[in-house]
Amino acid sequence: MNTTLLTQSVAAQTETHQAVREASGLFSGTWLLIALPLLGAALLLLGGRRLDRTGHLVGCATVIASFVVAAVLFVAMLGEGSGERAFLIPLWEWFNAGGYEVEISLLLDQLSMAFVLLITGVGSLIHVYSIGYMEHDERRRRFFGYLNLFVAAMLLLVLASDFLVLFIGWEGVGLASYLLIGFWQHKPSAAVAAKKAFVVNRVGDMGMVLAVASMLVVFGSSSYAVVFAGTENAPVGWLNAIGLFLLLAACGKSAQFPLQSWLLDAMEGPTPVSALIHAATMVTAGVYLIVRSAAIFDLAPEARTAVVVVGAVTLLMGAIIGCAKDDIKKALAGSTMSQIGYMMLAAGLGPAGYAFAIFHLITHGFFKANLFLGAGSVMHGMNDEVDMRRFGALRAAMPVTFATFAIGYLAIIGIPPFAGFFSKDQIIEAAFAEGLVVGLCALLGAGITAFYMTRVMLMTFLGSKRWAEEAHPHESPRVMTWPLIALGALSVVGGAGLLYLGGGIVDWLEPVTGEEHHDLPVPLAVLMTSTLITVLAGAAVAWLLYGRRPVPEVAPRGNPLTVAARRDLYGDAVNEGLFMRPGQYLTRSLVYAESRGVDGTIVGAAKAVGGLSTRWRRWQTGFVRSYALTMLAGAGLVVIAMLLVRLP
Amino acid sequence: MTFPWLTTLIAVPALGAVLTALVPAGRGRLAKQSALAFALLTLGVAVAVIAQFEIGGDRYQLGEQYTWIDALGIHWALGIDGIGAALVGLAAVATPIVALAMWPEADAERRDPKPFFALLLASEALILTAFLAKDLLLFYVVFEAMLIPLYFMIGMYGGPQRRYAALKFLLYNIFGGLVMLAAVIGVYVQSIDAGAPSFLLMDLMALDISANAQRWLFLGFMLAFAIKAPLWPFHTWLPDAAAEATPSNAAFLSGVADKVGTFGMIALAVPLFPVAAQDFAPVIVVLAVVSIVYGALLAIGQTDIKRLIGYVSISHFGFIVLGIFVLTGRGATGATFYMVNHGLATIALFVIAGFMIARRQSRMIADYGGIQKPAPKLAGAFLIAGLSGLALPPLATFLSEFLVIAATFEQYRAAGVIATVGIVLAALYVLWLYQRTMTGPVPEENAGTRDLGRRETMVVAPLLALILAIGVFPRTVVDVIDDGVAPTLAEVDVESPPPVVSVTDLVVEGNDH
Repeated sequence: MNTTLLTQSVAAQTETHQAVREASGLFSGTWLLIALPLLGAALLLLGGRRLDRTGHLVGCATVIASFVVAAVLFVAMLGEGSGERAFLIPLWEWFNAGGYEVEISLLLDQLSMAFVLLITGVGSLIHVYSIGYMEHDERRRRFFGYLNLFVAAMLLLVLASDFLVLFIGWEGVGLASYLLIGFWQHKPSAAVAAKKAFVVNRVGDMGMVLAVASMLVVFGSSSYAVVFAGTENAPVGWLNAIGLFLLLAACGKSAQFPLQSWLLDAMEGPTPVSALIHAATMVTAGVYLIVRSAAIFDLAPEARTAVVVVGAVTLLMGAIIGCAKDDIKKALAGSTMSQIGYMMLAAGLGPAGYAFAIFHLITHGFFKANLFLGAGSVMHGMNDEVDMRRFGALRAAMPVTFATFAIGYLAIIGIPPFAGFFSKDQIIEAAFAEGLVVGLCALLGAGITAFYMTRVMLMTFLGSKRWAEEAHPHESPRVMTWPLIALGALSVVGGAGLLYLGGGIVDWLEPVTGEEHHDLPVPLAVLMTSTLITVLAGAAVAWLLYGRRPVPEVAPRGNPLTVAARRDLYGDAVNEGLFMRPGQYLTRSLVYAESRGVDGTIVGAAKAVGGLSTRWRRWQTGFVRSYALTMLAGAGLVVIAMLLVRLP
Repeated sequence: MTFPWLTTLIAVPALGAVLTALVPAGRGRLAKQSALAFALLTLGVAVAVIAQFEIGGDRYQLGEQYTWIDALGIHWALGIDGIGAALVGLAAVATPIVALAMWPEADAERRDPKPFFALLLASEALILTAFLAKDLLLFYVVFEAMLIPLYFMIGMYGGPQRRYAALKFLLYNIFGGLVMLAAVIGVYVQSIDAGAPSFLLMDLMALDISANAQRWLFLGFMLAFAIKAPLWPFHTWLPDAAAEATPSNAAFLSGVADKVGTFGMIALAVPLFPVAAQDFAPVIVVLAVVSIVYGALLAIGQTDIKRLIGYVSISHFGFIVLGIFVLTGRGATGATFYMVNHGLATIALFVIAGFMIARRQSRMIADYGGIQKPAPKLAGAFLIAGLSGLALPPLATFLSEFLVIAATFEQYRAAGVIATVGIVLAALYVLWLYQRTMTGPVPEENAGTRDLGRRETMVVAPLLALILAIGVFPRTVVDVIDDGVAPTLAEVDVESPPPVVSVTDLVVEGNDH
């Protein structure tokens, strides 16, 4: 039976999942989504200098075309019944080795559709913005080539229908991220940050490889259809193991504790990259992975608890780090870690939280891309300055950037009716329904978020001018402000729209993720009010510290917590002490041992033989008869050896 | 009589070697052209041979058998199976590429290039014979004979320590070979005892050798193959040879010639001595895992580009040996596929490193830096070759490495988990090397680094294109290999356990509802 048939027959029989149909008509063109940006990347990277002038247009056109295809497919999907929106698009058989068969085919369902729209939509806006941002970079064509490569890989990641195919996209986005973090690789810091990101991600990849290897042991396949259909009969121990392996992979890609250290350094990349890859899309791939594997996590309670713990720890860590950073991009990066922590936490809650994780993922994609591009716009006008202590009072000089950034700010701290209010509130509610400690973590995180974001807002746009002497801040060109306005608009309406429009995202995702309602321990109104109060309190503290008082141009020493937060809560120090230093020591001593020990033994033995042979040379008499005797003796030895061997 | 395709496949490069050697002195360019032409012709014949290979056909196809020494039952016997086909393909593709890459190497050392190119073809002929030989003594003869051209290639054309490296290579391998000779004779004695003296593989595989005898004979074979492959702790000749041989020579050595060692393990040692292979498998698995981690750690610690790539090969050979001695179809297919991919990836790494060394006249990593700026194509090609070294999907190396890890995890959980550490270390040695050589500010002495020239592009482009194409469409190659692996492991009593949850059960169960 070929995989496609198997996929269908298995999926058709499991009641918890909607049936997957083989795509026909419009849906069979789903591959275009990936092919278009991939074509763009190939043209831009192999096309050479000829495309230096028009390359950015090719890059934008292919991604926008991909978005148009996505929009058409979305409308077509709306036309199908609620439980009949999953389509399988078989492309080609990848390989069959020793009975392990993998087919390259795409799965377009409600979950992947949501991601496809986010990736191509936000991706298009950021491509357009980059035309302006990268205008004076001599390697702009290559930049767009890498960006296109990223979009193609990310789309493959969310459209794959087999974990091993997902892994191609997973590594593809990792490569694009490596290339783009290190885009200005003449700077050693950028080159080091790029390598660090890749290596830390590879630690996560160990989890991915072991997860798929475990699936082979348990299910004999890595296709979604077979794995998800088999979970009910699988031993819980294996499901927990697979869940934990997947979580390790997710921690790497999504910069979750304990693999968070690379994300802050990744800010070395050009700001549009930080917006697209390190805020809106790639870093959320870990959340996608867990939600996609719902069938596994639903039945793996221990793994799910681990997901919740990782999410809760990271959401607090990221928020605390964000409070102490003076570099605007690093403050936002800490915030990204923290917000993804929220998503992870929600995903760890199981069917009660999957949809909210995705909901927050999408609104976060809107407002965080908005904030990063806003930060890029500020840098563009301030000679690439990133230190917020050298900003201040930019409101008047950059009115559009200020207005859109302010919308993003209100959205992320969760003021109604902006997008973040709806999505974060849902997660906080679900967290309280799970347990008091988890709920309090989420609530506390909201307060800290309000603090650090208010701090960013005050230090950048309000207060007094602390600009460098040669700074002449100016508003960015329209090609950069229009994407900001579009993302600003999405940050306003995205939350309510997704939650309420036509049944909302929860109903939309229900056939994929399931749905479950918990009873809240306290009335909803009380919870919402206390969340709002916490948020306002956080903002008020920031106002007391940074709004009412002038911001010093040189950072004060700060209390121990501030110092720790500035140093990323010693994440790098721990890695250095636990892995890097011992690793370097081990490597060095092995290199030494190799020359003295392993090779030394053998060269020593050879020398000894050499010494012996000098002595034995005297036996070389030149007489044939003595040679014949020696040969006879030798042959005798061989025969004796043979006889010995044959004896039992 | 049908056309002797396999003999032709061997005769073409052998004839090429002779004719190239006969080119008059001083006509170096003609010698190079002749060698390249014959290498390409060999590739043509190889394509014709592989095109005739039938999946699901006889185990050994296109068989030829002529009596060589009747009294001892020695034959010129050739045949090709799926494993052989994959490796013949590798050798045939690699040789012209290597020939083109080593174009200026002899000139740089101010030596006559003629012998270099003639020896390359001679080694190719011997290596092809090893992949096709269906007579144990024939295999043994070419296994040893190929040391001669390789010895001279290293010893005549390499770096300052070339003599030492060449001698170490030779002594090491001859030592292994002699032990193997004793074992070869031992197998023959077994056939005498069985009343049918023969060196033909088909006859020898049918023998019923006692478990104890199998163990000794297996060890004799394995020592030779473990030195050749090389496996920790028999590996120390490789870094020296890799560092001292010219870059293309090193590429050919670890990319193609060393595959005879791993080929011997899967195509001879395992099917001839299935019981012993099973007995020793856990020990070899441990050595293989040590090789993976040890090679990778040593690669991280190197300061010399070519030594670094040499240690990378040791780590990768660890994966190949691991896949073979998991003794399941999936592992062996992954390992054989790995041999092909490792060949292509290693050749790419060595020849590009060679291009860099030709420009800068230094093997030391510390002398490089910032090359990306003056030579972006060179840097890009080096990065892609490096990424294939760290097994990034969808490059071909990924699939083979994953299959080996998955097969290992299925049989030996701990070994499987430790082997995955190799993928993290691989990222470190590849990307750190790239960082140190290609990125950062451009030092003055590197500012004028030339980008890839036309000949160099012709060397690199097909390699990288193949690595990508095989990764995206691996099906045919994997099917051919899988076809050869099944009968090879037929006598081995290791089964992949069925999946814990069987899908067919689910389908049946579903129908009951």
